[in-house]
Amino acid sequence: MRLKGIKVPHRKHTANSVPQRIPLPKAVTIPMSMHIGKPCKLSVKAGDHVKVGQIIGLPDGFVSSPIHSSVSGTVKKTEIITMTGAARTSAAVIETDGLQELCEDVKPPVVTDFESFIEAVKNSGVVGLGGAGFPTFVKLNIKDLSAVDTVIINAAECEPYITSDTRTMLDKAEYISKGIDLIQKYLGTKRIIIGIENNKKPCIQKMQEIADSKSGVIVKVLPSIYPQGGEKVLVYNTTGRLIPKGGLPLDVGAVVLNCTTLACIAEYIETGMPLTEKCVTVDGSCVKEPKNVIAPIGTPVQNLFDFCGGFKAEPKKVLYGGPMMGIAVPSLDSPVLKMTNAVIAMDEKDARPPKASSCINCGECLNNCPLRLDPRKISKALKLGLDEELKKQNADLCMECGCCAYVCPAKRPIVQNNRLAKARINKYLSQQKASKEGENE
Amino acid sequence: MNKLISSSSPHITSPRTTQKIMRDVLIALLPAGVASVIIFGLRSLLVIGVCVLVCVVSEWAFEKICKKDNTVFDLSAVVTGVLLAYNLPVSIPLWQAAFGSLFAIVVVKQLFGGIGQNFANPAITARIVMLIAFSGTMTSWTFPDGVSSATPLSLMSGGNPEALPSYTDMLFGLHGGCLGETCIIALLAGGIYLIARKVITWHTPVAFIGTVLIMSLIFDKAPLYQLMSGGLVIGAFFMATDYATTPCTKWGKIIFGIGCGLVTVLIRFWGASPEGVSYSILLMNIFTPYISRLTQPKPLAGGDGR
Repeated sequence: MRLKGIKVPHRKHTANSVPQRIPLPKAVTIPMSMHIGKPCKLSVKAGDHVKVGQIIGLPDGFVSSPIHSSVSGTVKKTEIITMTGAARTSAAVIETDGLQELCEDVKPPVVTDFESFIEAVKNSGVVGLGGAGFPTFVKLNIKDLSAVDTVIINAAECEPYITSDTRTMLDKAEYISKGIDLIQKYLGTKRIIIGIENNKKPCIQKMQEIADSKSGVIVKVLPSIYPQGGEKVLVYNTTGRLIPKGGLPLDVGAVVLNCTTLACIAEYIETGMPLTEKCVTVDGSCVKEPKNVIAPIGTPVQNLFDFCGGFKAEPKKVLYGGPMMGIAVPSLDSPVLKMTNAVIAMDEKDARPPKASSCINCGECLNNCPLRLDPRKISKALKLGLDEELKKQNADLCMECGCCAYVCPAKRPIVQNNRLAKARINKYLSQQKASKEGENE
Repeated sequence: MNKLISSSSPHITSPRTTQKIMRDVLIALLPAGVASVIIFGLRSLLVIGVCVLVCVVSEWAFEKICKKDNTVFDLSAVVTGVLLAYNLPVSIPLWQAAFGSLFAIVVVKQLFGGIGQNFANPAITARIVMLIAFSGTMTSWTFPDGVSSATPLSLMSGGNPEALPSYTDMLFGLHGGCLGETCIIALLAGGIYLIARKVITWHTPVAFIGTVLIMSLIFDKAPLYQLMSGGLVIGAFFMATDYATTPCTKWGKIIFGIGCGLVTVLIRFWGASPEGVSYSILLMNIFTPYISRLTQPKPLAGGDGR
C-alpha cells in the first residue's frame, strides 16, 4: 500500500540543463541561520580578509552547523538581515576579490571510524539539502546503530520545476556511490534504498548501475505522485513503516538522506571542500532561459536570474524551492542558502493567490491527504477555538505538503489554516503539560 | 523597489474551481434538457427558464440583503434551478415552479448557510414540498402534447401493467413523467460524463441503482422497468451525488447509495406513493452526518499499532 498523493504538473524544463557556474558576484551575504537549530555565531568582523572554505560562523549549541565563506575577499560589514517569514538573523557581507583563494584549512579529513566520520560530516557544514536544513551530523550521530536497518536515499524530487537533485544524480553519481560506501562502512546499514520517481529515467539508470555494483543497495522506482519525497511518505512507500506523530524515521529503524546531501558529504571527505556552493534550478513563468546554475552560497538571487537571461515579465513572487512547499522571499537581494535547491520567479498571473470562495464540502482535501487528515474539521475547530477537537483531529500531524489546498476547488487557504491550527494546538499542549506539572508539585 | 508578494504555500493550485464543477454538471444535464424539449415540447424550456431565473435571482437577492458575498457566478443556483425543473411535470403552473425555486434557494440552501452548508438537497426538498402543497398539478402528467398519461410506476402500482410502454420507449423517455427524468439515454450520457470528468465517482450511482435492481429481482417487480422509471437515474447520478448533502468517502458513498436504493424500493413496492426516489435521497441526506462519522478515515498518526 502507498500513501495518497496528487498529480501535480512536473515542469522539469531544466532536467537536461547541465549546471553552469555563474560569474562571481560582487558581494555575497551569508546569513548565520541556514539550518534548523540555533544560528551560528559570527566569527569574523568587518575588515577581516577571508578565503574560500574558511569558517565564518561557529556552531552555537548542539543542533547547529558551521558556516564557511563561499568566496575570498573582505568582510565589508556584519548586519542583521530579514529572511523569509520575517525572521531576522545576523549575516556577513563579503566583498569578493575575484581570486577565490582557497583557505589553508581545506584539506581532506582523516576518517577512520564512526566518530571521525561524524566529525567530518559536522565540519563539512552539510545540512538537509532537500530543503529542511536539519544538520546532517546530528541526524547521523545515532546512539544505537543496531536500531537502524535501512538508510533511504531521497531522490524523489517530487516538486514541480526542481531538477537540482536530478543533476546531482547525473553529474555527481560517483559521489553518491562513494557516499553509499561511507554509510555502509561507518553506519553498517544492511539495506540502502534509493527512492526515485519514475519521471527521471536517466537517473534511475544511473542509480541502478550504482546499486548493481554493490550489495545491499536497491533502487525503488516510485510513481510520480506528490509528495513522494516527503519524509513520512517516502519511508512508508519504500518500507511500509509509518513514522508516528512527532517522531523521526529513526523511530521505525530508518534514516533518510537527500541524494545531494549524501553527495556533498562524500565530496567533502574526498576533497575537504565544505558546503560553499549550490546547484540551483532557476525557473518560473518570468524567467527567460530556465537553467541549472552553480552559485556561491550568499549570492543574491537576482544574480541567478540575470545569468538566465533576466526576466521576461516583472516578477511578482520569488520562491526558495518549488511551488508546492517553497517559501516566498522578501526581496531579490535574498541570498542563496545552503538548502536552496531552486529559485522560482512567478509573473503576476502565477503569483497572485486565487480568491477563496465558500467550502462546498466536496471532501477532496480529505480524500487527497497523504495522512488522512480532514481539513474541513480542523478549520471548523480552529474557527470555534476548540482545542480538544483540534487535538482529536490530529491537526499537529499536518506536514504542510499542500495537497489539500492544491485540489480545493474553492481555493481555500487550507495550509495556512492548518499552520494556525498547529500553532494553536502546540500552545494548548504545552499549557496542558505545564498545568499537569503544576498539579504534581 | 519591486514589491514581491509573500503568501503561504502552495503557490500553485489545480485548475479545478467550483464554477467549473458546476459548469460540468450543467453540461451533463444538457442532453436530458434537449430530450425534454423533444418529448414534452417547448413548454419544458419555459419551466426550466423560470426555475433557473428564480433560483439565481433569489440567491442574488438573499445574499444582497444579508450582505454576503455574491455566489451567483459559481453556477450552483443554476444547477439547482435546472434540477428542480427536471423534477417537475411539464404542465406545472409557472408560479408554482417559481415558488419551488424560491423555496429551494432561500429556505433549503441559504438559511442553512449557503453553498456547502445545507444538509438537504435543495431541489429535492423543494420538490417534496411542492408535491405536498400542489399535489394535483404535481402529479398530472401530460404526454405528449396535452394528452394525459400515467407514469410507468403508477401504472405498475395501479395494477395496469398492460399499458406499460415498451423498453425502447422507456429508454428514450417516451412516456409520462417529470420533464427531465424520463430520457434514460440522455441521463446516462450525462452521468458518464460526470464520472469521466471526476465530478462524481461511480460509487453512489452504482450502489443506488444496483440495490434497486437486486431488490426488484428478488421481489420480482419488473427490474428493467424499475430501473428506467421515475427519478432513479437522475436521482442516482445527479442528486444523490451532491457534495454538501452526501458523504464524501468511498464507503460513505456506497452506504448512502444502498440506503437510497432500499428506501426507494420500500416506498415503491409497499408504500402509498408510486415513487420514492426523492424521499429516499432526502432521508439519506439526514443520515449523512452519521454515515460520514462512521466512515471517517482515521488520521495516520501512527504509534498505536496503525
